[in-house]
Parts: sequence; structure tokens; C-alpha cells
Amino acid sequence: MRIGVVTFPGSLDDRDAARAVRVAGGEAVSLWHGDADLHGVDGVVLPGGFSYGDYLRCGAIARFAPVMERVVDAARGGLPVLGICNGFQILCESHLLPGALIRNDHRKFVCRDQPLRVESVSTAWTSGYAAGQEIVIPLKNGEGGYVADERMLDELEAEGRVVLRYVGDNPNGSYRDIAGVTNARGNVVGLMPHPEHAVESLTGPGTDGLGFFTSVLEGLVRS
Amino acid sequence: MIDTVELAGKTPDQPQPWDELGLKADEYQRIRDILGRRPTNAELAMYSVMWSEHCSYKSSKVHLRQFGEKAPASDALLVGMGQNAGVVDIGHGYAITFKIESHNHPSYVEPYQGAATGVGGIVRDILAMGARPVAVMDSLRFGPLDADDTHRVLPGVVAGVGGYGNCLGLPNIGGEVVFDPSYAANPLVNALCVGVMKHEDIHLANATGVGNKVVLFGARTGGDGIGGASILASESFDDSKPSKRPAVQVGDPFMEKVLIECCLELFEARVVEAIQDLGAAGISCATSELASNGDGGMYVQLEKVLLRDPSLTPGEIMMSESQERMMGVVTPENLDAFLAITARWDVETAVIGEVTGTGRLIIDWHGETIVDVDPRTVAHDGPVYERPFARPEWQDELQAAGPEGLARPAGGDELRGTLLRLLGSPNLASKSWITDQYDRYVLGNTVLAQPEDAGVLRIDEETGLGVAIATDGNGRYAKLDPYTGAQLALAEAYRNVATTGARPLAVTDGLNFGSPEDPAVMWQFAEAIRGLADGCQALGTPVTGGNVSLYNQTGDTAILPTAIVGVLGVLDDVARRTPQGFRESGQVVYLLGETRDEFGGSEWAWAEHGHLGGRPPSVDLAAERELAEILVNASRDGLIDAAHDLSDGGLAVALVESVLRYGVGARVWVPDGVDPFVFLFSESQARAIVAVPRSEEVRFTDMCSARRFAHQRIGVVDDGGELDVQGLFTVPVEELRTAHESTLASAFEG
Repeated sequence: MRIGVVTFPGSLDDRDAARAVRVAGGEAVSLWHGDADLHGVDGVVLPGGFSYGDYLRCGAIARFAPVMERVVDAARGGLPVLGICNGFQILCESHLLPGALIRNDHRKFVCRDQPLRVESVSTAWTSGYAAGQEIVIPLKNGEGGYVADERMLDELEAEGRVVLRYVGDNPNGSYRDIAGVTNARGNVVGLMPHPEHAVESLTGPGTDGLGFFTSVLEGLVRS
Repeated sequence: MIDTVELAGKTPDQPQPWDELGLKADEYQRIRDILGRRPTNAELAMYSVMWSEHCSYKSSKVHLRQFGEKAPASDALLVGMGQNAGVVDIGHGYAITFKIESHNHPSYVEPYQGAATGVGGIVRDILAMGARPVAVMDSLRFGPLDADDTHRVLPGVVAGVGGYGNCLGLPNIGGEVVFDPSYAANPLVNALCVGVMKHEDIHLANATGVGNKVVLFGARTGGDGIGGASILASESFDDSKPSKRPAVQVGDPFMEKVLIECCLELFEARVVEAIQDLGAAGISCATSELASNGDGGMYVQLEKVLLRDPSLTPGEIMMSESQERMMGVVTPENLDAFLAITARWDVETAVIGEVTGTGRLIIDWHGETIVDVDPRTVAHDGPVYERPFARPEWQDELQAAGPEGLARPAGGDELRGTLLRLLGSPNLASKSWITDQYDRYVLGNTVLAQPEDAGVLRIDEETGLGVAIATDGNGRYAKLDPYTGAQLALAEAYRNVATTGARPLAVTDGLNFGSPEDPAVMWQFAEAIRGLADGCQALGTPVTGGNVSLYNQTGDTAILPTAIVGVLGVLDDVARRTPQGFRESGQVVYLLGETRDEFGGSEWAWAEHGHLGGRPPSVDLAAERELAEILVNASRDGLIDAAHDLSDGGLAVALVESVLRYGVGARVWVPDGVDPFVFLFSESQARAIVAVPRSEEVRFTDMCSARRFAHQRIGVVDDGGELDVQGLFTVPVEELRTAHESTLASAFEG
């Protein structure tokens, strides 16, 4: 199974995402922001970082990268897409996911091992977890506050599209402690925490993040 | 009108602003003697920055030679001092390059940008060697925690270190933060960067090959940072002068991230002969250093430099310290391939000149020659000063005023109170409020990061080969005795590296002192270097490079003499690393090393009594070596599960830190006949605590006995949720945590 990892100028966690795909047993394929096609991959990860410096608004410029046209089309056709941190911001800017990420309420960058609860296991990227399972994976961002209007938040809750919620202290002011959401179809998932940093116990707080990558690979095998 | 070489020859008496550019009268005369005429404005700009203290090391050079003269024989050193950074062999074909650099003065004037560009500068130094930068660390010093100005400087510095490093995708894996009144208007921001490469990828910044092209690429040149090295970093602060804010550079980490990937691709494609970063003194430094390290000649057409601000004069272009720029030397055959790669990364590039065999650095501006110099006279033949130095009169008095008369806590309640106050004192309190603003995970190879004793990185996923790095530096110890103080900084960093299980290999240093024009400061500096060079010789760890920052003083008051020492070590298998925290209930806690009644310069004397006097703890480098051997072997053989070095605050503080890491408890007893206060708080050196699984206890103690190294069974790890010092006091873990972790957060969030 081949999972593409997009590198934008300013992407930082692209190597980590590729490593996570490999640790999970998949083949990682590098995709370049200027690519006009997806090289036949079975899924795409938009990794963390500061694409194009994020000087305008996080993800606002990356959304217009040539590769994103293909990603948006393919996602609408059901291709599994995971956006991590900056990747989540790009998915929101691309309107593949609702809402937006704003500056943390305490106005500082925060890096910590974050307890989370998996709220939805009916997505391509979380099917391997148990509903309600608590996991710990690193969180690291300056603009991770998830916001949406009340109607949208109610809709997300009602449709079971809140994928992850922060447990304990809310680290950034996200509405309703939301750490990750999915689209109606469940193939596109965005989250602020970094599952790719929790795939080896040697370098992460544990291996709780591996499930995102094994979930999508197992789902692809089944289909 | 442009000041040309021709014009300079015709107008020898034209007044020139050498004084404003930071040159002394005799230095200006020397430039005239070298050239046989007055310098042009551009030449004057060039000499003034390159002969500044910051770039020329004119006051420190005569002392720094000892690092070479006393260097221990080491097979590990691939590139020594003098290049952008030293390079160390760590085996399996891998090499590590690492170095500390200071950005103190800019960080006081403009904390965010000063600190950010400090990180950016050292990262480019590492990159220029051909290495991929893989981690950063930062050593910070500030005025008192409760001082108003600290609340201006510290949040900006921390945000700058984080903002730049995080955006660059480099994990921040350690460092230290210390508060002292002497740093009040002179904060220290020293940044360390580590890079990795294969042996065959080492690049030296030399311009060789007549006819090769000189290429400037990266950000455009602007008006920021003009005179940063000469005006800002080479003078003491003084209220009577105008603001120096314009001399601080402004950073763009996104540009630097792109530049890193672009340079690594250029190296990998083998289309570039050499790359030199543009830091202090900008184009002046890069052209003169590249030329004088190579064939000696270079011709540059300065009008080809891409500008952010078209109104800049040639002199300003030469002096600008705009960030995120690199200079490359490229063969004509490779030029197209080179340009294709920079274009792929959208990095603007201009061919500005070529390497010549003339032995002269000639710079033209629209067809007129504005610089014609021997580049060696700019880069290497700057003034060298034998500054007078003298042991200050107050030194005897300071050493005589020891801590012996200070009231000591007696009995369980007083000892308990002392511990809780020390845990919350600014220097010993948890620094997580700061370090939580740094990304420690990016790149996915961080095995240990702060608050561990050393940062540990995996270098090779196949073999598990890794490195450990620690920085330390205690200015109070060095004030009491600069020779010993520098060795104590080395000893602590060495010990911290060994504590994680790594074999110490090499050293980098950041030497931060007051004005070299004060003989007392110069004596501190000379003594510190002598101590460090002797110490490195004794420990077998050569100095590979580093940085000197002088003029860290306001008026007559210099900072504490602050030698920050970074030690690099290697682990053959990072999976064997020893972390700091106790985890398994039932494991036995051993204290390794001898504890003496040593409180001179201690954190206890300072925090509890505001006292600084007497002698620092004694240094025993043979014992440090022995302790390191024990820790490294125990790690390799799986004899210990945790280890923590003893330093500021002594055993009690180390125990608390090991307990808090995973929230377990511990029971500890004071050995018979030992004074509990000395046992708990002395800062005697060459000591560590370890947690030993019971199954390994005999093997471990046998090893210590065979090496005749002092080891005492002082406690056990348990899950009781408290630290119990038997017969004296008990503190619940949560109370320890609150005391330790609330100080910085309440100071900056309150």
C-alpha cells in the first residue's frame, strides 16, 4: 500500500510522517507541492510544519499549491487523506473540513505529551482504535485553537464527526475540546496532535499514534 | 559620489568616520599602512567589521591558542578549530559537527529577533560544513526573575528561540536557564547547533579553482544589521549613545528552512565546491574569508547583489548582516545545474564574481573599483592584543568570605522547608514553562530531551548509533575561581553526557565575559581558558571550536565570568540510554562519589542567604573520568535503569527531579555519622545517583568496588507517592511538584 506524503516549502514533519507509514508497514511516497498528479498513491498525508512560512494565515497559501487541486479532487472521490497540524490547517483552508484553527488562547507555542480520547472510530484513519480509547501523543503548535460556529459544532457532534477530544486541560482553547474532525464520508481526517511522533517508544511518549497509519493500511487491504 | 580606489589615492587627507565604525586610531593607521593609501569607504567598512572584537578575536586570540597547544590526542577529530565548526568522527562513517554561538547584545536590544537570528546564524554555520542540522540547544542567562526588565527580555528571547527553531524544524533538546543580577542589562543567549553528515560530505569554506563562479543566494540584502558585529557586539552598553536597535538583524525562518534543504541538495548533487554562510560582517566576511582560505584572489561585481532596498550604498551592502544568505563557489560547468536546484526551491541567486589567482580581493561597483585589498589582511591579519590582566584586589576578600558562618537548617522541619524553598528558587525551579515552547519531537530522532541531563539523538536507524550533548556553565563558581569554575563547567557537561550512557568525545565552548579593557575581566578570561584547556587535556576531550563574547557589561559592572561548555558524546546503541527518572518500585538507589562539606558558590548559599563567597567545590577530573566509565559501562551492560548527575542543589534536588519525572516515590536514609544537611545539599562534584534493579545489584556494586569508586546504598524507589527522608521528613510528590513547577509560570502568567 502506497501512502503519499506531501512536502510543501516549509513542511517539517514530512520525514516523520513517511517514517510512520513505513513503521506501520506501508510504502511512503514523496509528493512535491508542485506535482500535477498523485503518482497513484492509495492515501495522502499532509504533514506538519509551516508551509510557505505561514506568514499570511496558516495553510492559506498551501491550499493553492498545484498538488492540492489533485488532493481535493481525490478526497472528494473517497481517497483517505490525513492532515496533521499544518496539514489540518490546510484541509480547513481547502474546505475539505469545516472550521478553522486560530492562535492558542494563551498565545504561546506549546509542546507536550497530550492525553486524547478517540471519539469516532468510523473513519479511515481511526478504525483500529476502540471507541472512547484514551491515548497520549505529542501536541506542538502555536495556532491550534479549533473554532467553528455553534451550528456547525452541533452538526459535527450529531453526526459523530468529532474524531478526537483533548482530555484534561484544554491546551489551546479549542471549542468543545476538539482536537480532530472528519468529513461526512470519514475518509478525510484532520487533527492538531502528531500521531507520527508516537510510533516508536524510543523516540515518542509511546506508540499510541501508530493506529492512525495501521488503520488506513488495514482499511485499504480490506477494500 | 562613490568613493573609489582611484579617488582614495588622490584624496589622502579626506576625513573618515573610523571612530564611529568602532576602530581605534592606531588600527586606522595600520589599515593605511597596509594599503599604502587611505582606505575607500567600502574598504573602511570591511576592515572595521572584520577587525572588530566579535570577528577578529583580537583580545582573546593569544589565550585561545592554548586549546590547540594543549589539545589531547584524539582520533575522533576530523576538522579542528578555525573552520565554521569542528567535526567529530562517531563511527560507522558518520561525523558530527557542533558549535555554540552567542547573540547576547542583540538579544538585549531586541529580544525576539536577537535570539531568533542567533539560532539562525549557528544553524547556517553547521550547514556550511556540509551537514544536515539535526538539533539545537540554548544556554540562557537573565537578570533576577522578579526584575521588570527580565519580563521584557525573557519572554521575547524564549519566543525568538522557539519561533525560529520550531519553524525551522529542528528539535530543541536541552540547555540551561540561570538568573543572576549581573545579567540584568546583559542577558546571555548562546545557541548550540548539531549537524550530521557522512565523512565524505565534509565541506570546507575555501574559494579555490581560478575561474570558478562566486554565487550569492538566499534572501536579498537589506539594510538590517549594519554594524551588528562592530558596533553592537564589540562595545559595552552605555546610556549616552543612540539606540542600537537598527543594528539588530531580522530573521525569516521559512527562508532558512528552504535554504537548508536547497544547500543539502546542492551538496548531494555535488554541484558546489564550497559554501560559506553570511553572518557577522556579511559580504565583507564571506568574500575575505573564502578568498584568504583558498587561492587568495576574488573578483566581485557588487552591483550584481540582489537588494531589498535599492538605496543602499556599496559600504552598506558590504556590511549588511541580512540573514538567510549563503555564498557558494561553483565551477562554470556546474553552474546550470546549481541554478536549476536553487530555482526548484525558489531561492533567488546571483552570480556576483569569480575566483582569481591575483591574490587580491577586488570589488567593483558599476565598473569602478571600490575595494582592492589582500584578503588575508582583512580576514586573518587583524590586530592582536596582549591585553593587560591582573588578579583583582577583591578576589582574596571574596574567597575569604566563605559560607562557613551561614546559618544552616537543623532538624527535619527546617531541612524540609529548605528543600521546598530551593525547589522553587528561580535557578532550581522547573524550566518547563520555557521548554514547553520548544518543539522537541520534530525529525523523529529525539531519544532524550530537557529536563534530562543531556539531549540524546538517534543518528542511524539501522545501527542505533546516537549522540548525547549537554551544556553547562556556573558563573558563580567561576567568579570565586575562574580557573576552577571553567573546569567545573566542563566536568558537569561531561558528567551529564556520561549519565545518559554516552562516551564523551569533544567540546565546544561559549565564553562570555565583560570588557577585555578591564584587567580584572581579562584575568578571569585568561584563567578560565587556562582551566578549560587543562581540563580538556585531562579528560581527553579536545575543544573543536566555539565562540567568545566580550563587553558583556554595563558601566563598570561585568557579568559573572560565564564559560558555557558543551560536551558531545556517542552511544553505540541509543536503545541503551539511561534516563533520569525513577520508574520501577523496589529498585535500589545508590549515591556514587564522595560528599564533602562544600557550599562555596552553592545554590543554597545564594538562594537562602544571598551569599556568594569562599571557594567553589573542588575538581577531581580523575574521579570524573572514573564515574563516567562506571555510568557508561552500567548503561551498556544494563545494570542501571536511571541515573541523574548531582550538581546545583545537591543530592536532595537530584532525588526530587528523579522522583518527579514519572511521579513515583522514594525512601532515602542518611548514612550513619553523616551530617544530614551536608548529605542533602552539598554540591561536591563527581557524583551521581543511580537506580539499580535488585537483580543487578551485586554486579553493579562489584564493578564500583573493582574501580574503588565510592558507592553508598541510600534508598529505594517505591510507589508510595512521597519522598521520605527517613527519620527527618516526608513530602508528598504533589507538594514537590507544585513547589518545583509553579515558579516560572506564576512569574510570567501572573
